[in-house]
Order: sequence, then structure tokens, then C-alpha cells
Amino acid sequence: MPQVEVPQEKWTGKVREVTLGGNGRKSVVVGGETTLPFLRFEGSIPHRPLIAVEIQDREPRDWPLNLKAAWGDVLKDPGAWARKAMEAGADLIALYLKSAHPEEENTGAAEAQATVGKVLSAVDIPLIVLGPEVADKDNEVLVAVADVARGEHIALGFCVEKNYRTITAACIANNHVAVAKTPIEINLAKQLNVLISDVGLSSDSIIMDPTTGALGYGLEYTYSVMERLRLAGLQGDGMTAMPMFCTVGQEAWRQKEAKVAEGVPEAWGDNQLRGLIWEELTASSLIMAGADIVVLRHPRSVEVMRATIDKLMG
Amino acid sequence: MALTGIEIYKHLPKTNCKACGFPTCLAFAMKLAQKGAELSACPDVSEEAKQALDAASRPPIRLVSIGGNGKKIEVGNEVVMFRHEKTFYHAPGFVVRIKDSDPAEAISKRVKEVTNYKVERVGMELNLDGFAIDNVSANEAAFLKAVEVVSSQSTLPLVLMSQDPAVMEAALKKTASAKPLIYAAKEDNAQVMAELARKYQCPLAVYGPGGLDQLAGVVEEVTNTGVEDVVLDPGARGFAESVTTLTQLRRLALKKNFRLLGYPIITFPGEGVTSVEEEALMAGQQVAKYGGIIVLDHLEPAMVYPLLTLRMGLYTDPQKPIQVSSAVYPIGEPKATSPLLVTTNFSLTYFSVAGEIESGGFPSWLLVVDTEGLSVLTAWAAGKFDAEKIAKAVNAQNAVEHIEHRSLVIPGNVAVLRGELEEELSGWKIVVGPRDAVDIGSFLRQNWKVN
Ligand code: B12
Ligand code: SF4
Repeated sequence: MPQVEVPQEKWTGKVREVTLGGNGRKSVVVGGETTLPFLRFEGSIPHRPLIAVEIQDREPRDWPLNLKAAWGDVLKDPGAWARKAMEAGADLIALYLKSAHPEEENTGAAEAQATVGKVLSAVDIPLIVLGPEVADKDNEVLVAVADVARGEHIALGFCVEKNYRTITAACIANNHVAVAKTPIEINLAKQLNVLISDVGLSSDSIIMDPTTGALGYGLEYTYSVMERLRLAGLQGDGMTAMPMFCTVGQEAWRQKEAKVAEGVPEAWGDNQLRGLIWEELTASSLIMAGADIVVLRHPRSVEVMRATIDKLMG
Repeated sequence: MALTGIEIYKHLPKTNCKACGFPTCLAFAMKLAQKGAELSACPDVSEEAKQALDAASRPPIRLVSIGGNGKKIEVGNEVVMFRHEKTFYHAPGFVVRIKDSDPAEAISKRVKEVTNYKVERVGMELNLDGFAIDNVSANEAAFLKAVEVVSSQSTLPLVLMSQDPAVMEAALKKTASAKPLIYAAKEDNAQVMAELARKYQCPLAVYGPGGLDQLAGVVEEVTNTGVEDVVLDPGARGFAESVTTLTQLRRLALKKNFRLLGYPIITFPGEGVTSVEEEALMAGQQVAKYGGIIVLDHLEPAMVYPLLTLRMGLYTDPQKPIQVSSAVYPIGEPKATSPLLVTTNFSLTYFSVAGEIESGGFPSWLLVVDTEGLSVLTAWAAGKFDAEKIAKAVNAQNAVEHIEHRSLVIPGNVAVLRGELEEELSGWKIVVGPRDAVDIGSFLRQNWKVN
């Protein structure tokens, strides 16, 4: 029999380990890999990829009916929603402060603090809070949230080029984790990590969001940028070695394929199943590219992805 | 792996006779290394050298072709581990498993479903690629019947799956001209299966679930008998096993030029999963991580369409987004009073918008601006879809020859461009459309008044 000797990569780098929660609350750790996704024969994967479930501070307006139906009444109450998400298998809650957007209710610091307080008391798993993605408004609500969640070791996002100083400072002052977001570009991702570290936040308190494109809508760009970031991190570039975070649900459920039931080609198949697979296939592809946290919307996707991650972890 | 000029030179006669048209053997060798010459130009090269150089110039993963009469599946010949390093070339074939234990009507129905499956995406038609007929009955007559039902209705490529060489040969007698993939040679039947592959000139799958040593051993046995077209099944069925083993196979081929395992891989994502979704995810993983022929067990359009979409995405060249040309396109049968909309030349963007105008039932003109293949917001952020560029395109494409009004609908995502555009295009009214293309139909019905 021929002797086959599999070439081994000798990585010098390691994905940073980031902890969320603790202090009475359950804690989770992401990152720590010393190998490419699930290639255990040449390194270790100390922590499984985690599933965050997206909840919003008000009833979602642009979700398809079947997605809303899967959650039912809790959509009106972030606390109840968070609890149900936890029961559905969430490792983390990702709370989006949608109502703070200037073109929506334009709610401010007080409302954001109240919602976060409610969610924190409703669940004992760690929290990620995401602002409306308008730099000024993010500063206003996230700084307030950082303060009220002191000691809970939550993650705050998004830290972007425009507002990283303020959000980073709020993370430092209250011992939180920053979610750094850049638009699908490896150098921009690295640069933002450097900038945030320079302000004084520990590099082990940064998670990076490389920007997610959904299946059929830019997924392959995200996929390749993530593979490149992960390779750079494993090759020893510590400023690209942050755990990666992907807003899968938001992107997947925005697409026509996931949303629309009628007036579409028969070859698209059953709307319900198609929507689920759109979300799950986006998630699993990005997990194969190195995602450490995927944010999902549908409880069934949470169940399927949990089972898949179990199998990937072997 | 390609040889360097020096390595090639070692095999040449070193007489510098110039018959090849080059001043020295070394110069000729250098040219060969750059693929700028053919070895046959040297009259004196030895048979031995020919073989050595020939073997070395073979691609590290052999290109294997399945199918003869109609469509073919061509897989292999990949050159990178990661798509960003260059691109992935030969997209995996999706074939659907047919069990010969199913009643003929059920088989016939499935064959129709597979053959007729087509879906359009970004102006391209996507299809399934073939059938894997599985002799689960272990009965010859049932297998032949199934093969006949399939091949009488379809010319798509076939994988013939049977443990029994006699059954396999009976099926090959009927289908050899269609060049089916024979599945599979194993440790205990490698010789007979190899003989069938040679006799009927068909590619041969090798099944070796007992580790890569075993797999390579069976490959060695069949290739020693002269079989050239091989497809590998390392037997890795789980999520973790598949990515690990398939990565190892590709590494061995690309990094070590390990010939015995330098072949495309066949996978069975439906074996051992518990739901359609799980099969979809497993197949998806194998699209990304090194599957060559992917045998599906479920045939659910809601699973097939996402998989075809994923395959298309991961197999596009990362350096070149698919583009359409800059022009004014009529969608439906627009008149001079119909709306004029503007978008970018990223194929995905164009087809999303054109498709929605079409299904929205409001014929329109669609002006496409050359943004070097970038989507609306990407192009805007990169300065390739600003007021000036849009205005230029309006003039360059002579948009006014199609319309009698002076009104332009811009994507809702770039609403900020409105003021500037009204300055650039004097006398025009700039209308901000919806953000998502899906809403174009209802938007036009509600808002479009001919002016
Ligand atoms: C994939 C992607 C890329 C790919 C390029 C893909 C491509 N060929 O365009 C890459 C990785 C190369 C890329 C690069 C960049 N990107 Co980019 N990218 C994306 C991503 C993930 C998806 C874009 C996409 O393909 N969408 C799908 C297409 C179909 O959408 P679309 O063109 O907008 O069309 C829709 C609508 O606009 C509408 N529509 C289209 N036309 C029309 C016309 C009318 C009349 C109407 C009514 C509607 C309509 O219908 C379509 C379907 O609904 C988005 C984020 C996201 N998740 O969406 C960021 C995003 C667009 N990118 C962004 C940025 C900043 C960049 C860079 C500038 C980053 C950088 N500094 O390098 C570069 C610029 C490019 C360059 N310098 O070469 C930002 C833009 C921010 C902003 N609001 O301005 C985004 C939003 C990410 C973010 N949140 O920061 N990007
Ligand atoms: S023909 Fe052959 S031997 Fe003569 S110079 Fe060319 S390579 Fe050398």
C-alpha cells in the first residue's frame, strides 16, 4: 500500500479569545482556534461557533409573515422575545435598537437603557447590543447602554471608522467588548482593529464584523474576505486575528428569495423551506469561512445550525 | 506542478543542434516551461524523457469528463485551495440518486423533474446535471430496468452504482456510449471493475473508506491496469470528516503533486443526515470545500435553487464580477411615455431590477451606467455611481431619443444624489425610487404619471 503523508500547515498565529458575560450571568468564549475551520488534524478548536438570535426593540416591520409567525406575540416585548430565543437555543442575544433610528421613532438614551435593562433581566445569557447604524445616534444610545450594562460584559456595535473613538471609550470605561465593522475589505478590517486598540481597548475585547452578503447577494465576497482574514490571523498577524461576527439573518431575510411566496418561479420551491435554507446556507457557508458568531432570525434555523455545528465539532 | 526550465533541460539531449528552432537546448527548455513551445519540436528527445516530461506537465488534479451523448460533467483541474488565490474553475456536478427499488413510474417522474428543472438567475439558466442510478435492490433485472427508464428519457450524464461487476457490465453494455461513471472499484473488486472501465472506456470511481493509504492503494491498482479517468470516494460522510478529508486530498494533489490522489471527488451529502436542510448544508459545504460530483438524495426545489445559487457564486472569478454593458434597455414594451430608471452594470443588480420591472407589469426603459461591475451602494461608495457619472451616461446613451418626458427614477439607496443630479441634468425631474427592487412595480403603479 502506498504511504500517504498529508502535508500539514504550521500556523504560528491563533484567533484571539474573547469572553462575553460572566459575573453571575452565563459566560461564553469565542475564538481561540489555531487551525482553519474544523481542520483538527493540524490545530485545535477550543470553542464552538456560537449562535446569536436577533431581537429588536420594537416589532419588526419588514419581516415576512412566516418569520414573524414563528415567534408569535413575543415580537412586541423584547424581554419575552429574548427569553423565547434563549429557549430556542440561542447562545447569545443580539438586540438591535431599531427604534433609535432618526427616520423611525428616533428614541434616545433613556429608551435604549430601559430596553437593555429589560432584556438583561429576562435572560441569563450574554448580550450584544447593536445601534441603528447612524454614527451620531449610535454614539448617543450605545454610550448610555454601556453605562447601564456595566459589569455585564456585553458587546456593543457597530464600531465603525466614523465613531470608533466614542464606542471604544464606552467599552473601556465599562469593560465591554466592541464589534468592529468594515465593508468587506481585509485592510480596512485590520486598520480599524489597530485604531481601536490604539485608543486603549484590549485586543482581546474586539470582535470583527467583515460585513455579510447573503447567499446570492454577495456571499462569495464575504466568504473570501473572511478566509483571507483568518489565514492572515493564523499566519501570525494579531490585528486580523479577532473572532468574526456575521449578521446572517438580517441579510438573508431581506432577499426576495427568502421573503416572497407568490409570483415567483415554481423552480424556487416552497417559500417556507426556501427562506430557512437561504438563512441556514448563508450561515453554514460563512462558518466554513471562519465565522465565530452568526446572528440568526428564525428559530428553526437556530435548531438546524446547532445540530450542524455539533456535527462539525465532531 | 509545472517544471522549471532547468528541470526540463535535464531531460533534453543537450546537443544544442538547433533543430527545434532555438539556439540551445536550455533556451528551448525555458520556452517549454513558459508553455511557449511544444516538446515535439525536438526530434531527438528520448521516449523516457517524453514520458517524464509528460507526466510532470499533467495538471495536479486530473480533469475527468462524464457523459457522452448530450451534456457533460467536467470536473477536476483545480489549481488553488482558496478561491481568492485565483478562482475555482470546474463547478461540481449535482446529480440526483435514483433507487432501482423504486417503481418505474416513480423513477420516470423523478427523471422528468430533474431533466426539466431549470431556474434563471442573473440572466443565466441553472440546471441539475445528471443521475446516479443505485442498485440498492442488488438485482440485475431491476437495475437494467431503472437504467433503461432513465436513459430512454434523458441524455444527462449517469453514475452507475452497483457492487456487482456482472450487473455493472450488463448496464455498461447498454450505456457505454454515454460514458457513465462506474461506481465503484474497491479493495476486493478493483481488478474486475478496472477491466470494465477499460473495456467500455468509462471513468471509474474508487471507493476507499479505510483511510487515504487504502484509497491510494486501490487507485494504484486500477491505474496500473491502464485506467486513466478516476474519481475518488474517500467515504467521508459526516460534516467534520468531509471537510477534513477533502481538504487533505486537495492539499496532497496541489502541494505534493501526489498523483494517486490527484482526481476529482464524489460525495453523498444525503447519507446520514436527518433532514432536507441538513442535506442542503452538507452539499453546500462540499461546493465550498472540494466536492466534484455531488449526489443528492432529496429533490426539493427549495433546496436545489439555493444550492445552484451558492455554486454559481463560489465559482465566479473573484477578480471579475459578471457585468452587463452600459445601454438603455427596453424592459417589456416601453413607449415614449414610459418611465426611465437608472441602475449599475453589476449583472446581479441589473437582473434584479430588470426582473422586477418585468414582473411588476410596468414596461420601462432601464439605463445602465458602467460602474465596473459594482452594485449600487458599492459603486456609490467607490465614486463610480455619482451624479456626474449618471448624467454622463444619460447623455452618452442618448436616453432622450427613447422618451418624451424628462424624468429619471434613481435607486432609493442613493436618494442623496437627487439634488446634485437635478443640477447636472437641467430641466430633468429626479424621482427617488424604492430601496429594494421588489417594490418597483407597486412604486411605479402608484407614482408614475406621464408628464
Ligand atoms: C458584495 C459587496 C461588495 C463587493 C462588490 C460586489 C459588487 N460587484 O458590487 C466588494 C467586496 C468588492 C465591495 C467593495 C466595496 N464596498 Co461593498 N458591499 C457589498 C455588499 C455585501 C453587497 C452588495 C451587493 O452585491 N448587493 C446586491 C445588489 C443586487 O444590490 P444593489 O446593487 O444595491 O441593488 C438593489 C437595490 O439597490 C435596488 N436597485 C438597484 N438598482 C435600482 C434602480 C432603481 C431605479 C431602483 C428603484 C432600485 C434599484 O434593487 C436591488 C435589489 O433590491 C454590501 C453590504 C450588503 N450586505 O448589502 C456592501 C456595501 C455596499 N459596500 C460598501 C462599501 C463602503 C464598499 C467599499 C467602498 C469598501 C472599501 N473602502 O473598499 C468597496 C468599494 C469598491 C471598490 N473600491 O472597488 C458599503 C456602502 C456603504 C454606503 N452606505 O455607502 C456597503 C453597504 C457595506 C456597509 N454596510 O458598509 N463590496
Ligand atoms: S532540437 Fe532538441 S537537441 Fe536540438 S537544440 Fe533543440 S532541444 Fe536541443
